[in-house]
Amino acid sequence: MRGLLGKDEALKMAGRVIDASPGDMTEVLIRGGVSRLTRFSDNYIHQNVSDSGHSLTVKVIFGKKIGTASTNSLDEDAVKDAIEAATRVAELQKPNEDFEGIPGPEPIPEVNTFFDSTYEFSPLDRAMGVKAITERAAAKGFKAAGAYSTGASELCIANSLGVRAYNRSTQAHLRTVVMSDTGSGYADALATDVKDIDPGLVARTAVEKCEASQNPQVVPAGEYEVILEPRAVADLLSYLVRGGFSASAVREGRSFLAGRLGEKIFTDLFSFWDDGLDPRGFPMPFDLEGVPKEKVIMVDKGVAKGLLYDWKSAKKEGKRSTGHGGFGGWGPMAANLFMAPGDSTVEEMIKNTKRGILVTRFHYTNMAHPMKVLVTGMTRDGTFLVEDGKVTKPVKNFRFTESALKVFGTMDMVGKELHRSGRSVVPAIHVPAFTFTGVTEF
Amino acid sequence: MRDLTSVALDVAKKLGASYADIRVVDKKQESVRTRNGNVESLGSSRSKGFGVRVLYDGAWGFSSSARITEDEVRRVAEEAVSIAKASATVKREKDVELAPVKPVTAKWKSECKIDPFSVKAEDKIALLLEADRLMRQNKGVRVASGNISSLREDKVFASTEGSYIEQVKTETGAGIDAMAADKGELQRRSYPTSAGGDFASRGWEFVEDMRLLDHAERVGNEAVALLTAKQCPQVVTDLVLDSSQLTLQIHESCGHPIELDRVFGQEASYAGTSFLTPEKQGTFQYGSPDVNIVADATIEGGLGSFGFDDEGVPAQRTTIVDKGIFKNYLSSRDTAAELGETSSGAMRADSWSRIPIIRMTNINLEPGDWTLDEIIKDTKEGILMETNKSWSIDDKRLNFQFGVEMAYEIKDGSIGDMLKNANYTGITYEFWRSCDAVANKDEWRLWGVPNCGKGEPGQVAHVGHGSAPARFRGVKVGVGKWQ
Repeated sequence: MRGLLGKDEALKMAGRVIDASPGDMTEVLIRGGVSRLTRFSDNYIHQNVSDSGHSLTVKVIFGKKIGTASTNSLDEDAVKDAIEAATRVAELQKPNEDFEGIPGPEPIPEVNTFFDSTYEFSPLDRAMGVKAITERAAAKGFKAAGAYSTGASELCIANSLGVRAYNRSTQAHLRTVVMSDTGSGYADALATDVKDIDPGLVARTAVEKCEASQNPQVVPAGEYEVILEPRAVADLLSYLVRGGFSASAVREGRSFLAGRLGEKIFTDLFSFWDDGLDPRGFPMPFDLEGVPKEKVIMVDKGVAKGLLYDWKSAKKEGKRSTGHGGFGGWGPMAANLFMAPGDSTVEEMIKNTKRGILVTRFHYTNMAHPMKVLVTGMTRDGTFLVEDGKVTKPVKNFRFTESALKVFGTMDMVGKELHRSGRSVVPAIHVPAFTFTGVTEF
Repeated sequence: MRDLTSVALDVAKKLGASYADIRVVDKKQESVRTRNGNVESLGSSRSKGFGVRVLYDGAWGFSSSARITEDEVRRVAEEAVSIAKASATVKREKDVELAPVKPVTAKWKSECKIDPFSVKAEDKIALLLEADRLMRQNKGVRVASGNISSLREDKVFASTEGSYIEQVKTETGAGIDAMAADKGELQRRSYPTSAGGDFASRGWEFVEDMRLLDHAERVGNEAVALLTAKQCPQVVTDLVLDSSQLTLQIHESCGHPIELDRVFGQEASYAGTSFLTPEKQGTFQYGSPDVNIVADATIEGGLGSFGFDDEGVPAQRTTIVDKGIFKNYLSSRDTAAELGETSSGAMRADSWSRIPIIRMTNINLEPGDWTLDEIIKDTKEGILMETNKSWSIDDKRLNFQFGVEMAYEIKDGSIGDMLKNANYTGITYEFWRSCDAVANKDEWRLWGVPNCGKGEPGQVAHVGHGSAPARFRGVKVGVGKWQ
């Protein structure tokens, strides 16, 4: 397949690097593939791109001295240069007393993450998907902007202790903001198989949101009940996980969970986990150290239960890596988050809201304080006032400054439907009190 | 190289493209990172390849490859044309037009006194580990870290209009950071600024001039002192920003909204649009008369400096805000043509595999005539804030909220107690209109920001911002529930 090495060739190449390395230990990471994207705005395609390529990174280890080098050229001379460069820097190094070695081989589960339909999706196919959106938007006098991307990627990890891990996968993502001068609406769809994406549904959802968002009114900032649709929930959840559930962050005292594992920190309705094998997400059977992924239940009915470990953090605590390692020493990371569904619908949440705000998604969120998991950001593309159980009007977008600990500690309704947003699969939620700290002009 | 670039341009023309260009890029990087007395990583990377951009039937197509051979160049040029044909199936009534640019044959090289790739890795490691030791002399520091990185980019640009441009750019940067945590509180302090430090289109001399070791002990002590500092109050007050925090303020509330592709909605579904719509050009009061902002890609050593952009347009100095009035955008050849203007030369791609998009160059607040001491002495009650920690702004770049590493009370013209968790919020044009003092050229400094994200697929641009400390009246600070 053009743009992909395939399992045999990738593992052969990694094996040659390990054989040629003079190190006591060697790790090799090869990744790459093809990436295609069609971007549109003002109801026309303004950018249409394709790229393909690979990178090979080699880590050469002498005792506790480590050097890395990478190249995007896989020809023999370039790979030889990379091995020599990694060797040279390793020899110049001081021993890293924090180094805990590299993992040995373990059986890796099989997951199907590659679909020919996605790999073969053409620029013309993407253009037809875009057209479904731009025509529906134009019919209402709106302008659509967005992107339709498809790609196929492969990842190969090997080391001198015998790890030989390879996976290939496909991804497709269609997203759009449909706009007028006085309102906007967002919708998207993500899939490993592009056949699961329905451009007509994406178009209809975004156009309906845009229609409902026209001429938003100013509602003052303050504390409101809030219904967060899944994209907003996924955004806040990422801040809870970032640093919070990393075993190394907890050990170094920079996580809100330091000394609190086993405590009931959240509401009974809140359970979530990381599962690299669940096909409802974007499965990946091993991490960037070549360790198979384990399902880690991080919060069970409000109780903080499990942490994510990479090889180093696991060795330091005498535990097993859960398969959440990176290649560059950034510490354990989540990549496939799932939140437990509840038994409500968004309509029921609206019905149960006396005076609150319905949020489609957030924009440009950022951590204001990691220990308090205090997050700030804006609402965007569909923000509505709910009064006495009904959506009454669109409102101008708010800034929020709120703690994710409080949100997941007090939410009192959870959606029964799960939605794929980024690398998370989450429901909508209702929170009884959420702090909006400012309002913008649109 | 001319043979290969000609192949791409000839193939595209033969297939009916009305315009084509090719960039061939060879980029190498070296970086060292230390953490708590150990070298966490020491590595090098190299990336070579080319990208071909074509205009066919009034629509764009782009393709790229890492295999720099004649056959591959031919294939990629053909693919770019076929992609442009697909684009043309969903196009505007009006075809893409390009503002004129004079074709040139030229060479450009950034200033570099000491080649950073010639400095021994041992010396870089020794510098960072000594800074690490000095930061951790204060036992309250949980994590001390440091980094040094160097980049060299060789780039060839050729177009069907006859340009052939060769550029070599060297960049160097470094920074140190201390993190302290205790009793549910976590604080960081960095030098010379956060997010990896400061960067420039210069050589190793830039890192030497930083004098990291002179600041390391202070950085560690300040991180620990912040743990028990007073909480920043919730109040509307006068705000004085140091030049590193002003860098972020300029970047988010001026640099992004003047990008003309955002104005035309081309980033709408991702990063957003802009409140600076075309009817505001030349008349809108963006700031007070003390606010003068330029986009200057010609400053020697600026991280956002270059000889020519990735459309072959020469580097320029453009007035953005003149005595508070919004004047000009950052533009490309096709967006400038929409306004009947010429390109301001702001099209850049972050690698051979990405299409160029409009990026900031060096967006600078021009110096005023105060000193920081005079500004503080002239402030009855206010807060001085230093070094960015968090940032957020709405999708039209109006409502912002920025947090800083450290702040001080100002009372009756003097610096008072240290404050932690300080942040401030506002609406962009109201904030800049409240500016009534900008420090002079002696306190003006050019900063390098190596992590500006934009576009889909994502691109990371290296940009610059010059500024001196400035005062803003009546700003809301201390947002959020902190107890």
